[in-house]
Amino acid sequence: MNTKSLVSISDLSRDEILSLLDTARKFEERPNRRLLEGKVVATLFFEPSTRTRLSFETAVNRLGGRVIGFSDASNTSTSKGETLKDTIKMVSNYADLIVMRHFLEGAALYATEVTDIPIINAGDGAHQHPSQTMLDLYSIYKTQGTLENLTITLVGDLKYGRTVHSLIMAMRYFNPTFRFVACKELDMPEEYKAFCRENGIRYTDHTDFSPEVINTSDIIYMTRVQRERFADIMEYERVKDLYNLNNAMLSDARDNLRILHPLPRVNEIAQDVDDNPKAYYFEQARNGLYARQALICRSLGIEVND
Amino acid sequence: MTNISKAELAVAALRNGTVIDHIPSEVLFKAVKILGIEKVKSAVTIGNNLDSKKLGHKGIIKVADVFFPEATLNRIALIAPAAVVNIIRDYEVVEKFPVTLPDTIYGLVKCGNPKCITNNEPMRTRFSVIDREDVTIACHYCSHTVKSTDAQII
Repeated sequence: MNTKSLVSISDLSRDEILSLLDTARKFEERPNRRLLEGKVVATLFFEPSTRTRLSFETAVNRLGGRVIGFSDASNTSTSKGETLKDTIKMVSNYADLIVMRHFLEGAALYATEVTDIPIINAGDGAHQHPSQTMLDLYSIYKTQGTLENLTITLVGDLKYGRTVHSLIMAMRYFNPTFRFVACKELDMPEEYKAFCRENGIRYTDHTDFSPEVINTSDIIYMTRVQRERFADIMEYERVKDLYNLNNAMLSDARDNLRILHPLPRVNEIAQDVDDNPKAYYFEQARNGLYARQALICRSLGIEVND
Repeated sequence: MTNISKAELAVAALRNGTVIDHIPSEVLFKAVKILGIEKVKSAVTIGNNLDSKKLGHKGIIKVADVFFPEATLNRIALIAPAAVVNIIRDYEVVEKFPVTLPDTIYGLVKCGNPKCITNNEPMRTRFSVIDREDVTIACHYCSHTVKSTDAQII
């Protein structure tokens, strides 16, 4: 794999993460900089994801670069049976950087093996989505002033939620304490608990989204419990509202607490939370722009000054 | 005559070639497939369900006049970690060594994840050994893990 690519958050060292956060801060202060003058970035979305694509394309545009690509593979030669390898090789002739999203797991890593230009993984199936993790880290860093020694509560679908898995991997450098709040069907997989134990990360399991958990958290990271994850629909009906958050539940929370959510949210966060200053999920999405500007500059070897 | 010397006689019956011994009976034919024995033109003897002190029952493969590269032989370590290779020259065992599991296994195992890129692109699979004790391997591309005994051989 070429070293400027980013496939998984675990490709990044502690220093690289901190340096990217610092770069994201610079972009937040001044997002419009003509650092990508003359550069072409390809956004190849083999699977549609409007939110992620718009965020990356805005990042390129605000840096003065040009974008080529597609937002849906159905009207490209992929639908004629072209291999991923051939598509990547073809696009490599035109672009300086490829941002790609694919429905198959491992697609981005394979792409790095068939081209010399850098690849940024914008999601490969249920596997990795490192730019989401970078914006989560930036949101935590910005609201808490540090990534060190925080208590982070993960709520909802901890079994299938790749964002929470990647967040654990990324936080391993920063001495976190995790709380896993989920029903047993959607409990944190054993492999991630093993990862925590191997890396000296403290964690506790909870089936109850209780005031004690809420009132001792620095970050609450909410995720959506999806009906299609349940084999037994009665079980879904039983647990679906157990992991919802409303404003009254935050009355005794810490002042520095912030609520994160990767969005889209459905009803796991009540509308009355939106006006609470602890609600941070909309700003979190905006941070994605700065985090992605930082990742693009890293991949193209562009230094960002204050 | 003891059982051991009888076994030695059986091995020595080959003039030149390779004997792979101590293959668990249930994976013998997988080992045959991995080594590509069906394409070998010289004399091949395959024995199975033979008594074994180590394994209870074992399989054995004898191939005349063929000397496999060590990397090829090591590929069967995935399913037969206790297998032992004997190199025979002029009726003598001139070399004897256990197979060793490489850190990375290319093009041998099919990933069990249907959404893995390797099951959807014409490409070589790649697995890394993540646990040597109970021989667990992980797909390099999608991270899906499998125990070697459950691995599907291509």
